[in-house]
Formats: sequence, structure tokens, C-alpha cells
Amino acid sequence: MTVREALNVALEEEFIRDERVFLIGEEVAQYNGAYKVSKGLLDKFGSKRVIDTPITEAGFAGLAVGAALSGLRPICEFMTFNFSMQAIDHVVNSAAKILYMSGGTIPCPIVFRGPNGAAAGVAAQHSQDYSAWYGAIPGLKVVSPWDSEDAKGLLKAAIRDPNPVVVLENELQYGLSFPVSQEVLSKDFVLPIGKAKIVREGKDVTIISHSRSVNFCLEAAEKLHSEEGISSEVINLRSIRPLDVDAIVNSVKKTNHLVTVEAGFPQFGVGSEICAIAMETEAFDYLDAPVERVTCADIPTPYAENLEKLSSPNTDIISKVVKRTLYKKR
Amino acid sequence: MNSNISLKAAASLLNLRVNQTSFFLINGRRFISTSRILYQKDKIKERVPFPGATESYFTDKMQFIHNVEPIPTYRVMDRHGRVIDSSQDPQVTESFAVKIYKDMVTLNILDLILYDAQRQGRISFYMTNYGEEAYVGSAAGLDSEDMIFGQYREAGVLLYRGFTLDEIMNQCYSNEKDLGKGRQMPVHYGSKKLNFQTISSPLATQIPQASGAAYALKRSGKKNCVMCYFGEGAASEGDFHAALNIAATMRCPVVFFCRNNGFAISTPSLEQYKGDGIASRGIGYGIDTIRVDGNDVWAIYNVTKEARKLAVEEHRPVLIESLTYRIGHHSTSDDSSAYRPSKEVEEWKRLDNPLVRLRKWLENHNWWNENLELEFRTSIRKEILNAFSKAEKLNKPSITELFNDVYDRPTPNIIAQRQKLKRLIEKYPNNYPLKNFKNEGKDL
Repeated sequence: MTVREALNVALEEEFIRDERVFLIGEEVAQYNGAYKVSKGLLDKFGSKRVIDTPITEAGFAGLAVGAALSGLRPICEFMTFNFSMQAIDHVVNSAAKILYMSGGTIPCPIVFRGPNGAAAGVAAQHSQDYSAWYGAIPGLKVVSPWDSEDAKGLLKAAIRDPNPVVVLENELQYGLSFPVSQEVLSKDFVLPIGKAKIVREGKDVTIISHSRSVNFCLEAAEKLHSEEGISSEVINLRSIRPLDVDAIVNSVKKTNHLVTVEAGFPQFGVGSEICAIAMETEAFDYLDAPVERVTCADIPTPYAENLEKLSSPNTDIISKVVKRTLYKKR
Repeated sequence: MNSNISLKAAASLLNLRVNQTSFFLINGRRFISTSRILYQKDKIKERVPFPGATESYFTDKMQFIHNVEPIPTYRVMDRHGRVIDSSQDPQVTESFAVKIYKDMVTLNILDLILYDAQRQGRISFYMTNYGEEAYVGSAAGLDSEDMIFGQYREAGVLLYRGFTLDEIMNQCYSNEKDLGKGRQMPVHYGSKKLNFQTISSPLATQIPQASGAAYALKRSGKKNCVMCYFGEGAASEGDFHAALNIAATMRCPVVFFCRNNGFAISTPSLEQYKGDGIASRGIGYGIDTIRVDGNDVWAIYNVTKEARKLAVEEHRPVLIESLTYRIGHHSTSDDSSAYRPSKEVEEWKRLDNPLVRLRKWLENHNWWNENLELEFRTSIRKEILNAFSKAEKLNKPSITELFNDVYDRPTPNIIAQRQKLKRLIEKYPNNYPLKNFKNEGKDL
């Protein structure tokens, strides 16, 4: 099952399950979504529930928030999260705070979703990872699916959650196919928000990542295992906020080494937060080496293909950093 | 403004006519719905084939259109409370009219007392409604189930709906009975029971949200609309434009009510925009638009009632621009003498006061007099002061409320923070005196 299909099925199942759920965004209806995630939904559910909008992020994000305050369950699609900047006030200052500001009387059950992070060849303004941005905000939940199981389980959980949830998908993952279990195919399958998943068990080093970067971590782990005999534990965070602190700490206690991998910028990033957790919890006492971060380069993402490649994490860099943290020089 | 092309002149010049169906009625009086001025479907005129403006036609005359004739301002009463055209009399009962007046007076005295309380350092912030009290008429034109999205200067709408003096005072004092649990600045009221969304500080975000709430109402099939208030300054935010466009394209039952009070903090309207006020923009978005005398409570009442009907029955968003004058400072953080002469303010207060207009109207009906005025002012002042001192003496909300409602249920990081605070308070009780907090921290 591809990630795109998983998202599409998740949407369809939740549309059937709850009449209040609707999808709104640019090109989501007639055009089936800029990335075809909403394919077929307009035909099945009609224009009352799959809504094309004028090009006005502040307009439709604000409209979605208002609808959520009035008892509906909107899913607001940003064509990419880069465009959510036009509407960030509604996400951060309205959706995330209304329950608190209203004295707990008015919930805002809404999902903001769309592709996040760098795609291919779309340059600086379309290549940003907003995990750290939205992950910083109390009142928001933020999930970042990697494979088809994540995509289906987390999107369904987000739609059912009574809080505002930001679902950070990745364009380059949409077309990738992952095997899924029978359980995942069930219409009742949801994943808990706030729980990470160990996608590869190991004992020498913990590699923590999310979204597309998990691909490279798994490749690096395999390579390190076959070439160097290094046993890496790869953790897929799944949830950026709340962060599964226990999963991080428990793994570090086992491996005594920690590397973080993400496609965001280094400063104040997800990796920085994990470093802080390592300092502030008992994990600190178990570390045999400083934590290492693998991130995007601290520059606007370049357009030129060769430079673009060099500016984000890949399998080789991760392998190199893991070996460095284990003091294994080539 | 001599470069303006008047509507009539433009019509004769370009051979247009105003289609008769584009009038709508308020109490039997016809108004031009300028958003529905149609060009004559003259056979000689060749319609354009382009999808972007299907009503347009070709012309060989080059003409830049700057503006049409200024949009007129609808009123019912003159400054002395006399109804100008009897067909526009609101036809209301004595108790209905007196209630509106009493709410306006209550608002006025509340403002006096709470403004002073802020000056004395007893509350941190306040915003008065001086000069704009006639907007209470808009609340009277709505159904109590219509959802309100306010900006921040609409306490009179809440009063009209039955928000109690205690509820107002508790909010301004952030005490244990504050519905918002002490989490918002003073005047950021909200009441789920009264269908009044909690005030949100960032300007204009309420406008597209109102469109969304209206969309939800439309979907539910309820015969209600959303009322959205904002100032002419907020209408410069992108959100205003996004909201009107999306409300128009999605046919949301929402009434946009712009309180154009002349000033956005210190920026006068004439520096805020160059077009014909805010109303002219509604027409551009294809929205039924009307401009109203914002100091005339009955004019506001009449247009709101009619706007509501368009929104609810025809799913058409409406823009009302209410022209008024902000007599008070923007807020307690502002001193307006720095940017406008106090003589101007005094003149407005004296010559065109919405309270005086309605009072005179009531007196003309023999529904009000000097004695009743004195009696009511004395008793309501006493009630307000009572609520005031009661609220001042109440405890602060429980300190546990710091951690509640961030999410529907506290997440692990929030539980951890709460436990940490509990340990800290237990260890250093003298540094964290909780005597004035509800439950004294025992429920942490």
C-alpha cells in the first residue's frame, strides 16, 4: 500500500464514520488534490464535504477553524506546509489556544495536513520542514508519518482527536509502497498520538528520526550492520508533540549512544529538543558519548540538484556520524 | 473628489441602467443593493467571452473608473431623535425599546467604573464603548441563537443577551468565577451559553472564522446566522479580504458588521484607506452591502434585521458599515489627546450622542422621563458597584487551572510540569503563598 493510498483510505473511512468530517483546501475536490491524496472523495461525498477554495490560506484556514468551533470536524489541507505561513495565525493563535482561552468550554477539533519538508527541485521557498515550528506550540498536537501504517493510523487518530492536530506528510513518501498488516487494513485501525515506534531494534546506538529521513536511517543501519557489525536501534518518532520521552530515554539506556536525524534546519530543531531531553533526564547518566545531530544544512535550500542533495541528510552522512559517535574511524 | 464618476453620470455615459430587481426593502423602503447593479443586456453591446467577468461587454471608449457616487448612509432618526420618514419607524414595543436604552446606559456606567478601576490599578486593562453604544441595536436585530464573533468592543451585545454584571466583573478581575478561568486580559469575554465566541486578541482572525461558523450553521440546516464585528482598522488585515471572498464564494450566512469609529488606535480612517470607506469593498466581493448611521440605534436595528434575513433565508453574506465616532481612548494603554483635539471629542459627545438620540426618541413616545432616568442611573450604578466589590474580593482561580484545557486531557509533558510545580510549592511554601487562590494549591 502506498502512503498516498493509506492517506486516501484514512480520509474515506473517517468521512464514512463521522458525518461532521469535511476536507477543505485548494484543488482538493475537482482536481482530486494537488498530490491526489483526496482522489475520488468528491465523487463519493459531494461538494458539501470536499470543498475547493479560492487561493486564500488565511481564508480557508480561518473558515475551517470557525467551522471547528461550531461543531464540525474540518480537515484543512495546505497544498504544502510552506503555504501555511499565510495562515499561521489561525493555527497558532486561534486553533491552538481557543480551548484554553475559553476556559475549557470551546474545543477546536481540526486537522491541518499536507506535505511538509523538502520535495525535489522546488528550491528554498518550497523546501522547509515545519516540525520544529508547530512542535513548539502548546495546544497543538503534531504528527509526522513515515510509512503507510503511520499515514493511515496517525491521520485517522488526528481526525478523531478533539484537539487541533497538525499532520506533516512528505511529498516524496506519497508514492512509496510499504507492506501493511491485516490490522492496518481494518477501518478501526488508529495509532496513539504521542507514541514512537522502534522500527529496528539494536544495542549499540540509538538513531532517532521521523518522516522521510527514517528511510535513510534504516539504510544506514543495514549498511553499518553488514559492513561494520554495528547494531543500530532506529526509532521513528511518529509524534513530534507530544514527544515520546520514555521511548527516547529507554533506548539510550540500552545503547548508550544517541544520534538524531531530521530534514529540518539545525537551530532549535527536533534534534535540539531531543538533545535537551537527553540532558534533562536520566538518559544523561547512560550516555557514553555526546549526542550527535544530523540535519539539513543551515542555509535556504538550494535549487541546483547537486547542491540540493548536499544540503540534506543521506545514508552516507548518517553512517559516518554513527561511526563517529561510536569512536569507530574508518 | 471631482474626478469621481457619479453612478448616474457613469450610467448615462456608458448607457447603463440599474436593474429594478436590484432593490431590496427595509420596512417598505427601497434600497439599492449595489452589488446587484446589472449592466443592461443590450443586444447591441457585445458581451465578453472571457470567464473572469461574464457580465462585461466591449467598449471602444477608454475609461479608468476611479469611483462611483459615495454610498449613502441609512438613518432613521435625526440627531434629536425624530424619525425622519415614518415608514422607517422600527415599530417596537415600549419594553423592547426601554431595554435597549437601559443596556446602553448600563454599558456607559460600566465603562466609567471599570475605566477608573484600571486607572486606580485595580484591573490591568480596559476598553470603553463611549460613542458607539448604539451598536446594541445590532444585538437587538439578531436571534439569540445567532453566533457572535466579536472584536473586543462589543460588551453591549453581551449585556443585551443577558451576560450578568457579575460575569463581566469576574472576567475583568480574573477571579475564580471568571468563565475564562483567568486566562485572558480584561474585556476578552466569552460565553458559550450566550453564543458569544471568546474574544481573540489578534486582529481580524475572527472574520474568516465567522465565515466558517456560518458555513457550519448552513450545513446544520439551522435558521441562524453568524454576526461578526470588527473595526475599520481590522478591515486592512488580509483576513478581512479572505473572509469576505470566501463567504461570498461559499454562500455563508454571515453578517459582517464594521464599526467604523474613525480611528484605529491613533490612525484616522482617512489614513487607513483611500476608497469609499469599508462598504465599497463589499460590493467588490459581490456581497450585499449597506452603510448605516452608527449613532442611530434604530437604523442599526433595521439593517441588522434585514441583513439577517438575507443571510438566513438566502444564504447571502452581508456587509454593514456603521459610521460612528470613538469618543473614548482606544484602550487604557492609549491617550488620544496625543493625536486628536479634545475639543473635537467634546463636540461629538455634545452634538451627536447615541444615548441622547434614543432617550429623546423614548421621551417623544412618553416612555421615558427625567425621573426614570435618575432612578435607573442610581440603581444600576449601585448594582454595578456591588458586582464590582464582590468580584474584587473573590479568590484567584485554582493554580491547577494553569495546566488544564491546553488539551482535552493533559499530555505527559503537562502532567510532568504540574507535578514539578507541586513539589516546588511543597518544598518552599513561603515563597509560593497560595492563600488567595482557590483550593490553595491542594488540587495540584
